[in-house]
Amino acid sequence: MPSTEHPTLWELTAAAGPVARRFLLDERARVPLDALAGATALGPRRAELRGQNVVLITATQRAATLALLELDGFARRIVLCPPDLKPAQLPGIMATAEARIVVSDRPLPELEAAGAVCLVAGPPVPVADQREPESCPPTEWALFTSGTTGPPKMAIHTLRSLAGAIARVTDTAGDQVWSTFYDIRRYGGLQILLRALIGGGSMVLSGADEPVSDFLARAGAAGVSFISGTPTHWRRALLSPAAAAIAPANVRLSGEVADQAILDKLRSTYPAARVAHAFASTEAGVAFEIADGLAGFPADLIGPERAGGIALRVQDGTLRIRSPRVAERYLGDVPEPVADADGFVDTKDLVELRSDRYHFAGRKDGVINVGGLKVHPLEVEAVINRHPCVEMSLVKARRSPIIGAIVVADVVLAHAGNDGGADAKRLEAEILEMCRGTLAAHKVPATVRIVPSLDVTPSGKLRRASA
Amino acid sequence: MSIRDTVVTVFTEVAREQDKQLASLTDDLLLLESGIDSLCLAIIVANLESRLGSDPFSTSDDIDVPATFGEFVALYENAMNAVH
Repeated sequence: MPSTEHPTLWELTAAAGPVARRFLLDERARVPLDALAGATALGPRRAELRGQNVVLITATQRAATLALLELDGFARRIVLCPPDLKPAQLPGIMATAEARIVVSDRPLPELEAAGAVCLVAGPPVPVADQREPESCPPTEWALFTSGTTGPPKMAIHTLRSLAGAIARVTDTAGDQVWSTFYDIRRYGGLQILLRALIGGGSMVLSGADEPVSDFLARAGAAGVSFISGTPTHWRRALLSPAAAAIAPANVRLSGEVADQAILDKLRSTYPAARVAHAFASTEAGVAFEIADGLAGFPADLIGPERAGGIALRVQDGTLRIRSPRVAERYLGDVPEPVADADGFVDTKDLVELRSDRYHFAGRKDGVINVGGLKVHPLEVEAVINRHPCVEMSLVKARRSPIIGAIVVADVVLAHAGNDGGADAKRLEAEILEMCRGTLAAHKVPATVRIVPSLDVTPSGKLRRASA
Repeated sequence: MSIRDTVVTVFTEVAREQDKQLASLTDDLLLLESGIDSLCLAIIVANLESRLGSDPFSTSDDIDVPATFGEFVALYENAMNAVH
């Protein structure tokens, strides 16, 4: 049983159910959880990580999971890098996180040359002094969240705020197998990983470039019983004949607005499953889960605090959340706090009351949701505006039935007259090349259009379409 | 350039830009197995609108994404023929 006031992820995992029957599966390997007892994946220099701030940047989700199981309760702070992080951002992230140690599953010679300590994690090997009880304060987990401009923002959680009231699954026959289309290095995917580990189950990880049909077939063969993804993930999965390869008891959507069409399709594809859509964000945590098969959420969720200490309110048109699962703070020099004086996080998601349900109606801050990944237009505009020929740019959403929305850009050139022909084509290509070098793929505009002018408000600001 | 040629060109360009290994674009190729993900497909649709002036996906809120490459091309051919 957990030995301290703040049980670690490994302690909770081991206490939740017999590790011998449980596993972590990705497209290359199946790791039995009992192989992790008395073993380390972090290599001979593991001891150097004790009490340190550690940046975790791995090629695979499997390596990240093994490292998290070891580092929680051992390191002081874990910075969990998402898969699309650009290497050029690492030095800034290390400075903000006050970390000089990087754990990866591959050598990082450039970082090492710059003075960072780089540990290469591998398969778990037995050690004598592994996982001794610790009495250190809870490890901080720094998760990336969408920032307006410049370096990415990191929100600080602990295992307790991330895992909330995850109950051990004891009353079900057999072992639960969990899976998600998400990457576990993002909030939505991490939730499922923690439920699998702390809930006493097993976990099937998705592969980075794995075709969705292969993933579904693999998850089906592993006996997946709970599987989550964004509506975009699910729309794609349902196109595959392999959608019939899984027979989950629980299907979950999160990360984007779940419309009635996708809820209905999931219900008809998996008639035996409980289909639920959840609202969660990196800052606010998981706020609610709706399983009545209808889009939106019942109006009576807004009001006094409910079970689990969660309270929701609508103020200035946006959904606000207070809960024990809210992030503690942002790392580094971020001017605004995570929550207001009453402890509520403004999700900036606009909601509209229609009869007795609230429905999501876009974003107050113009953030674009690309298949569950958020993009701040200002961040993309800042990159485009660095091109010497650009006077100004407007980045906006274009609706997409495939992925919810994609990013497009209108650009005004500094020298008028340059608005057509071969010059324009070359400039568009140059601007896109700059974006690709700096921004994650979902933030790069799908199209760049050179326009003669942009609409400016009387106060001199770019006029943005309201969400 | 025919509509089909334009679609093939855009698929090829976007796959190259996104570092994706594109399968041979035959009519019965399942889009799920073409090597492109949802983001690529959405970018392809946006690029095709710029080149062809048509987005068959914008005509309805609940349009089913075609399963094969041949059906994808046909969707654009039908949309363009309806316009002209």
